[in-house]
Formats: sequence, structure tokens, C-alpha cells
Amino acid sequence: MPEVTLVEAVNLALARAMEDDPDVVVLGEDVGINGGVFRATVGLQTRFGPERVLDTPLAELLISGLCVGMAAQGMKPVGEIQFMGFLYPCIDQLVNHASRFRNRTQGRLTCPMVLRTPHGAGIRAPEHHSESTEAMLAHIPGLRVVIPSSPERAYGLLLAAIRDPDPVVFLEPTRIYRAAKGEVEDNGEALPLDVAFVLREGRDVTLISWGAMLKETMAAADTLAADGIAAEVIDLATLKPYDEITVLGSIAKTGRCVIVHEATRTGGFGAEIAALIAERALTSLLAPVARVTGYDTVIPMARLEQHMMPSVDRIVTAARKACQFS
Amino acid sequence: MASKKLSGGGLPVIARFEVRHRNYLAPDGSINRPLPAFASDTNLLTALYRAMLLLRNFDRKAVALQRTGRLGTYAVSLGQEAVSVGVASAMREEDVLLPSYRDNGALIWRGVKLEEILLFWGGDERGNCFSGPVEDFPFCVPVGSQAPHAAGVAYAFKLRKQPRVAVCMFGDGATSKGDVYEAMNFAGVHKLPVVFVATNNQWAISVPLRLQTGCETLAQKAVAAGFIGEQVDGSDVVAMRAAAEDAIAAAREGRGPRFIEAVTYRLGDHTTSDDALRYRSADEVQARWKEEPIARLRNYLVSQKMWSKAEEEQLAAECHERVEAAVECYLATEPRRPETMFDHLYAELPETYAAQRRQLAGEGDA
Ligand SMILES: Cc1ncc(C[n+]2csc(CCOP(=O)(O)OP(=O)(O)O)c2C)c(N)n1
Repeated sequence: MPEVTLVEAVNLALARAMEDDPDVVVLGEDVGINGGVFRATVGLQTRFGPERVLDTPLAELLISGLCVGMAAQGMKPVGEIQFMGFLYPCIDQLVNHASRFRNRTQGRLTCPMVLRTPHGAGIRAPEHHSESTEAMLAHIPGLRVVIPSSPERAYGLLLAAIRDPDPVVFLEPTRIYRAAKGEVEDNGEALPLDVAFVLREGRDVTLISWGAMLKETMAAADTLAADGIAAEVIDLATLKPYDEITVLGSIAKTGRCVIVHEATRTGGFGAEIAALIAERALTSLLAPVARVTGYDTVIPMARLEQHMMPSVDRIVTAARKACQFS
Repeated sequence: MASKKLSGGGLPVIARFEVRHRNYLAPDGSINRPLPAFASDTNLLTALYRAMLLLRNFDRKAVALQRTGRLGTYAVSLGQEAVSVGVASAMREEDVLLPSYRDNGALIWRGVKLEEILLFWGGDERGNCFSGPVEDFPFCVPVGSQAPHAAGVAYAFKLRKQPRVAVCMFGDGATSKGDVYEAMNFAGVHKLPVVFVATNNQWAISVPLRLQTGCETLAQKAVAAGFIGEQVDGSDVVAMRAAAEDAIAAAREGRGPRFIEAVTYRLGDHTTSDDALRYRSADEVQARWKEEPIARLRNYLVSQKMWSKAEEEQLAAECHERVEAAVECYLATEPRRPETMFDHLYAELPETYAAQRRQLAGEGDA
């Protein structure tokens, strides 16, 4: 099996979906000849033509609104927003239309669209290019929010997102677009949505994360293992709706939980998981649920951004503290 | 339109644009210029008249229901009936309508049942699961946000080589939003089969047109998107139908999008929760009553002996009957069970939310 990067896996999935289904259309800024600013759509226009790989005007609201219109016609549009910081004009369409189309028309019209965008900091990009505001999206009823953390899951989950009958926002971890490599068989097989992946089993503490932060989280698990602490690592993968069963099952086993996310702390998705555990697994807990997150600040530009993102050290420290709690 | 003459300042003029205004029926029902061919079809003209009158009756009843606590907030079409009826009458069944919340006339023409419209304003999503062309969009409440949808729908038509047209309706206030420009701009780039209709009823709640735009006309906004914008007398249903017919035909033949500014006047309040006397004078409204579309067409029909007093009386009775039957049906519709609010959230309800659904159904707690 060939080894590919995460962004190459995205490209493979898009090509496969377009090959399999003539209703799949890719659209966005610079997605055509340029192949997208991260090259996720490279080669697609040559292969599928400019009508199905469509360079749109520079208008994000339009991209998301076009997706809604095409999807209501039974097409499978996959819109690309160049960076998450430019996704905000799409929020109107996501909240007011895409996510509630099925509900407001009682199933008469549906919205099987996908909106893809890079997610997160750590690539030394200018202002507004490092956002991780997934909690905002995960708050929207009727939407699916998916974040892969490896090439294999990028491929399988993106195929699933495109085939899903409801709208999906697909957040691609920018920092590991090229850093994450893995073997991906281009066999057209999707991975399940709404399901968390247990990347590593352990009985002492549960580490829950998603997207690029799994890199640090897995590294932290290695360090903890050297200490004799067996961490279970969960890649949440779908944030809306999320896999409560896997989370609660793991807490029942370990009794300890550290949630790791790059996004700012207040109202972050970690708070949701912590609340779930407090409501449903309090009696299993042997230590308070800990959050290792970005700080409640604007994401700094390149010189300071690494201080914003949770480090392996911060995760290890939080996990040790949880394990020492008595 | 574009020409290359030297202007007074010595700089070359590289483009010139014009905006035309279309009108046939004068406010008193006399004709200003020869009518389009369809106007010789008595059945069609009287059908337009019937549709406008039904709408006015329906509006009156809806307001009465709201005032007596049996309907939620409602937006009347009073004074602007010719716009939605004229436009819808020019569409084919297979075209797709993307209406604003005030376009009841278009929905009714396209087969949506009156009781379904009441259900919507009465707070029931089933009103949006309406009869009529199944691909038509529901009322759009966030102003102007349906315009990009229309471009998407039209793009799908083009991609699939279907000879269909998307017709998108919104108000003058909506033309101030980027959504509308973004959609028109894209439609212009790809010469999409879409017609944008702006109902310029002079007011966006309390904000008058002159505070909405510095433009002389709304129609000229199409110029920036690369296609024709036309101003039409929106209180003249013949003009509305003719303009929509031309625009829809052009779009269907692959000649690209069009924009229609329907100049009319909102004679009523913005909605049942508005009091228009706060921001405009009764005199202004009174003066505008002289231009309203229903009397205008009636005067023409009567002058042509196409319409009689007996027919008018019969129509009044028919409208009354239809509206009353719809109200009865609406009021008899049982509310949905609370847990059904989850039924169309996703194609399949994720297990995570199934517990919340059970809680609403009184089957244990979430
Ligand atoms: C995006 C948005 N902003 C504000 C509102 C509240 N609102 C409802 S109708 C309206 C005025 C719209 O005026 P116009 O577009 O001219 O349409 P009309 O009501 O006159 O038909 C406003 C501000 C809304 N529905 N959507």
C-alpha cells in the first residue's frame, strides 16, 4: 500500500467520490488549476473538468449558499473554504439553512453537502489562518462536524461525509496535512461517522482529543507509558454528534480523564465532554476531569503560537496529576 | 450599450448602461401601450385577477386570525399582489421558486394549499412540507439568504443540462445584502438560468428606499453582475407577467440571468407586529391606494367587457368559501407530538439524541 500524507488522502477521497458519483462537485477559491492553497484538489480539474471542479468568485457566503442550492437539487457539493478564519461568512448558511433544511421542510428537501476547511494553528500563517472554532459548529443542531487525525481517517471519513445524506463540516488539521503519513488503500471504503476511534488502549487514564492535537496526545501517552502509566487515547473524530458511549465506556474503565484541544478553553468542546462525564460517570471518577486547552486569547501569530497550543508536557503533567489524585 | 466615443473631458467612454422601465396598464386601468400577446387571452387575465383577489382575501383573514390569537406573526401582500402572482404565472411547473416570506401569491399560484401557509405562520413546520412543486424552496426568513441557493439550483440545472429556471424573490432591503450581490455576480459569471426578482415596495420595515441605497434604481445593480436589470411597474400584473416571461424565457434558452425590480408599494403594515403609522403618513398610503394592482386590472377587464359584476360577486363568494375552508382545515390540524421535533433533524437520528427524543416522548429521562 502506498504511503500518503493527510492532504493527499483528502485528494484521493475527493477523486474517488467524483469518480463514483457524477453528482459530486468540488467548488471553492483556487480549487481548479491551482489545486487549492494546500493542494487538496490538485489534478481534479484536469480529470473532471471545470464544471465539476469549480473556481468560485472570492465569496465564502456564496460558496456555502451555492452548496445548499445544489444539495437541495440532489447534488453532492463539496465546498472548500481556504482557512477556517474565513469560514465565518458561511455560518449564516450553516445555521439558518444547511443544518435545518431537512427539519424545516419535514424531509421534503435535504442538504447533503460537505464544507471542508483547514483547521488549527501551527503552520506559522498570518492572522486569521489558525482558527479552531469547532465548538461553535458543534453547537449547531442538524450538522455533522468531523475532524480526521490521520491519512487513513481523512480518506475514510471524507468519503463517509460526502455520502452522508446530511450536511457535514469537515475540518482538516492543517498542522499535520503533510506531517502525518500513512498507508491508505484507495479502495473506496468509508469509515463510520459519529464513532470515536480508540487509538491506544490503557487502564489508568483516558486522553481524549481530535485533529492535530492527537500528535501531542499520543506522544504524551508514550511518555506516560515510560512512567508505567497506561493511557487510553481516544480520537473523537466526529464532534457532532459525538460518540458518548465510547467516552463513557473508557471512563468506566480508567476513572480518569484528560481532554486535550487546541481551541480556547471557555465554552470549548472539552467542556461538553466534561459535563457529560460529570452527569453520567461521576461515580466512576477517581480524579477531577482535566482540560488541557488553548488559552482564552486570540490565537497569536507565529512567534507565540506554539505557546498557545497544548504541549506534550502540559498533557503529561495533567495526566500525572489525575493519576496521583486520591 | 457599450460605446467608445470621446466624452467632454477627453477620456474615452468605455461603457454605457441603461435601465428600462416597463408598464402597460395605467393606474386607472387604461393602457399606455399595446399589451403583450398573452393579454388577449381572457382566461389568463381573469386567472391573474382571481389569484390576486384570493390573495387579498386570504391576507385579510390571516390578519384577523392573528388578531384573535389563532395565528402567529403574518406578512401581508396588500398592494403588491401583482408581483408574486405575475411572476409565478410565467413559471413552468418544473422551474424552482425560491420565495421570500412575503411571496404567498407565488406559492398559491404554484399549488401550495392555503391551509399549509396558515400552518407555517401558525408555527408548524409541516406548512413547509407543502403541496406544489416538490423542489420549490420554503419561505426564506433571513433576508436575502436564499439568493445563493438560487444560484446553486441554477448551477445544478446547467450542469445537468436541464431546461429549467430558478426564480428567486426578495425585497428591496435584501438588495443591500452581500448575499444577493454574491449570488448575482456568480450567476453572471456562469450565465446561469436564474431570474432574480426584487419587490421594491419602498420600505424595509421602517427604512425607506432612499436610506437603503444611493442608487437611482435597484435594477441597475444587475449591471455590476454583468446582466440586464429591468424596472417594472410592480402594480401592473400585465407588466410583471410580461417581464417575468421574457426573463424566464431568456434564462431557459441559455441567455443567462436577469434581474427584475418590481416597483410597487406596501399598503399594509410590514407584518402583524408592525405599526406603519410610526414611520409613514396615512396621506402617503392613501395616495398610493390609487395605484393598487387589483382595481387597476379590474378597471381594464371591465372596460374590455372581460369581466362583469356578476362574475365579481361570484368570485367574492368563491374566495370566501376557499379561505374559510382552509381556516377550518388549519384550525382542525392537531399539533405534532413534541418528540417529532427530532424526526427530521437528520436522515437517521443519532443515538445520542434518541435519548432526548425519548424524554420528550415521556419515555424516561435523558
Ligand atoms: C438578515 C435579516 N436581517 C433582519 C431581518 C429582520 N427583518 C425582517 S423583514 C425585514 C425588512 C426586509 O425588507 P425588504 O427586504 O424590503 O422586504 P419586505 O419586508 O419589504 O418585503 C427585516 C429587517 C431578517 N429577517 N433577516
